[in-house]
Amino acid sequence: MIAASQPTQRPPGAKLLVVDVGGCIHHTLRSAFTKLLRPGDLVVANDAATLPASLHGVHLPSGGAIEVRLAGRRSLHVDDIREFSALVFGAGDFHTRTETRAPPPLMAVGDRLALGPLSATIVRFLGHKRLVSLHFDGSPDEIWAGLARHGRPIQYAHISSPLALWDVWAPIAGRPAAFEPPSAGFILDWQTLAEMRAKGVDFATITHAAGISSTGSAELDLRLPFDEPYHIPETTILALRRARANRGRIVAVGTTVVRALEHAGRRGYIRPGESLATQRIGSGTRLRVVDAILTGTHEPGSSHYELLRAFADDATLRRVNIELESGGYRTHEFGDSLLIERMAKAATKAHREARATRLWRGLVRATA
Amino acid sequence: MPTPCDQTSPTRDETVHPPSADPFVGLRVAITGGTSGLGLALVREFLARGASVAFVARGRERVERVARDHPGSHGIVGDLSKKDDIYPIAMQMAGELGGLNVLINNASDLGPTPLALLGDTSCEDLERALATNVLGPFRLTKALLGALAASARDGRAAVVVNISSDAALNAYPRWGAYGASKAALHHLTCIWNEELAAEGVQFVSLDPGDMDTPMHALAVPDADPATLKSPEVAAREVTDAIRAVLPVRPAM
Repeated sequence: MIAASQPTQRPPGAKLLVVDVGGCIHHTLRSAFTKLLRPGDLVVANDAATLPASLHGVHLPSGGAIEVRLAGRRSLHVDDIREFSALVFGAGDFHTRTETRAPPPLMAVGDRLALGPLSATIVRFLGHKRLVSLHFDGSPDEIWAGLARHGRPIQYAHISSPLALWDVWAPIAGRPAAFEPPSAGFILDWQTLAEMRAKGVDFATITHAAGISSTGSAELDLRLPFDEPYHIPETTILALRRARANRGRIVAVGTTVVRALEHAGRRGYIRPGESLATQRIGSGTRLRVVDAILTGTHEPGSSHYELLRAFADDATLRRVNIELESGGYRTHEFGDSLLIERMAKAATKAHREARATRLWRGLVRATA
Repeated sequence: MPTPCDQTSPTRDETVHPPSADPFVGLRVAITGGTSGLGLALVREFLARGASVAFVARGRERVERVARDHPGSHGIVGDLSKKDDIYPIAMQMAGELGGLNVLINNASDLGPTPLALLGDTSCEDLERALATNVLGPFRLTKALLGALAASARDGRAAVVVNISSDAALNAYPRWGAYGASKAALHHLTCIWNEELAAEGVQFVSLDPGDMDTPMHALAVPDADPATLKSPEVAAREVTDAIRAVLPVRPAM
């Protein structure tokens, strides 16, 4: 697929490929998204704003230039901003593809890093010589200010101009928590939300600290997605319950929403509050909460693509890939979109309804 | 209660509220121009009422001093008139407060000082007034709209207060740059409020009146301070006006 090289969140003419419950493929414009929804459906998006997670600086023991990409945090708490997991690259910038970036200088636990106004210490290695746990000096406010002034959004080699925060914050972006943008949400501007409301489509959000999509190392990419904290507001639980009661579909905007909702609902009921998503979603995953996903187009083999296998069988996804290629769809963060409704798979109608009823009961229990 | 798009000149709300029902406790409030005048009085008033407060101003030294003198407040250095400062400011506000309930666009630029007739006003002075009083609040509001709408969806307060002036409505000679910029801000406030009512985000345009502040001294150097409102009184009036539009929460 062609990479989308312009950082426009809602390019006119953006395409949408739709896979319905029967596995049939339709082509439409992304602006028609609202038309595909039915009254009673619930659209759930990730309202995390994106942190400027790329920090250039110096590995002090060697004097070598480095780029640190923050990749994870244990919680979303405002004061839990001192410790991050992070990838470290050597000299160079985003014009070089992540996969071919120079390795960092030889690093050891205890090494100090100078990152503009910020300083940090390598606390430990996380099973790979480029993946570390960093501890930042200073008060939470000093760290927030340092990130705000010195950090840049993680950049992409397929986009020629450097990205600014306004390029990667979706209109609904709220608390800064994501490491790369939950880009499926770029589609949702205020006009779209108003159209959904007028149609009787419900809208709710979660905040999920979307992690990095690529590490530059095949070995590390196998470990993606890393653990990600998320928060589900009580009002979102109520909206899920309403949608189930109305037999509406639950449409997740982006892979992060699927991961959070399925993690929260893994025991058959779902509670509000903060938790840490640790699971991987793939062909063997039984989806308990989400009925459909609106997402970008993803390369086979990536963790995002693996997640799609929970929605549709491999034969269908192969057809999707052929259609995306022949239809000139564009890929990556600012590219075209895909809407996949969970396929009936082997489950009979009776099974599906029994599952929906079970979940609905669980939701009632959890929110009663 | 005035409709949000009247430009309200608030008076003190004399209703007695039991402290347990104080809707300001735990509210996340961001204030621009927070190191002097009305902004500083607002920082103090909200802190005293149990809110979490972040404020922004241009001078690093003053920001650090005010933050040090007001434990629990979050000081942010930035210039609202500069496009490149807006997202770093917004990120610190939403990050340090963990979301947002109230944004008060208070920082203002007077235009030429001493005040001048429009014919004598340089284009640069008008541009600066528009950048600080119109574009700055517009950009910051836009960057924080997601955080505000998230609060509203969660059933919590989501209010933007834009500090206006009677010069926004009346044609006072020599107040051209300031008056025109505040008129634009006032009209933006009204349209924001119409467009975002369904999202649950409310916009209020407030005229605090003539106050004994550094800005007023710059505009009217020979004014008698005894005839001017103290910023502390004005700050209480602003919080009362915000209280009037907050969602009703039962006392705990």
